[in-house]
Amino acid sequence: MKSLEELAKIRERMLSKIALREGENDIRIVVGMATCGIAAGARPVLNTLVEEVALQGVADRATVSQTGCIGICQFEPVVEVFENGKEKVTYVKMTPEMAKRVVAEHIKGGKPVVEYTIGNAKI
Amino acid sequence: MKELSLNILDITQNSLAANAKNVEIVIDENEKTLRVTIKDDGRGMDEETLKRVSDPFYTTRTTRKVGLGIPFFKLAAEQTGGSLTIQSTTESADPINHGTLICALFYKDSIDFTPVGDIVSTLCTLIQSLGNVNLVYIHTFPGGSISLDTSVLKKTLGEIPLSEPEVIMWINEYLNEQYDNNV
Repeated sequence: MKSLEELAKIRERMLSKIALREGENDIRIVVGMATCGIAAGARPVLNTLVEEVALQGVADRATVSQTGCIGICQFEPVVEVFENGKEKVTYVKMTPEMAKRVVAEHIKGGKPVVEYTIGNAKI
Repeated sequence: MKELSLNILDITQNSLAANAKNVEIVIDENEKTLRVTIKDDGRGMDEETLKRVSDPFYTTRTTRKVGLGIPFFKLAAEQTGGSLTIQSTTESADPINHGTLICALFYKDSIDFTPVGDIVSTLCTLIQSLGNVNLVYIHTFPGGSISLDTSVLKKTLGEIPLSEPEVIMWINEYLNEQYDNNV
């Protein structure tokens, strides 16, 4: 049974990590969560990204956030990756499985998954 | 939308966009009906705006000329024989008690009733983007109820934000466990 004590333990654990993290969050993963994104399946994509960032141990470098309509509704779910000093990478027609791979290869491994990007995806 | 919980996610984001400090999502279910109420203390809408929000060709977004959030939710309710009502008070009309209340009524025995779906995912998604906003969630159904108040979680977490992936994963398991124990 989950209890608030357990949440308090998570807090203890996070406190030390967060102090170290200041200023080092250089990757932003942004998911389009307007009506178009939600209808196309953005919710499981977002939740998978949040989970995988924690499970694959990259929470110290990457944050996941939400935005409104990006303007390319026909390509939703859309995920954008912003990294300091690098060009923005736009992933289109994302699924939870694709999101896992993006965290593993791009966020953790440093190599964008080219075949999922807007210029290369089979749409 | 394939699930009502997706509509709820979409509509509640309007509350966040309206600068609400407190948002309440209530699902009230009995044998026959399901009522979804979304209440916020955001800036509210004037009468002119209220008249237009159910019109697909009205939107506040700047990237497109259509806005389908409320029309979709209204359709989902009306196709079961139910209804959607919106009440709103603007900040200028009442600087203290302003905000918006959306209430959607669904008849569960209708063949066109959309299932609620994965409401826990919707809540986790919302909580991930809350910032300083408080969210209260209450779901009552025959034989039980589920509730969550982010202000209680915040007290336990202190300076750790709710949006931390580990925290979101805990909330996800916590809510799913509550649902499992209630069914």
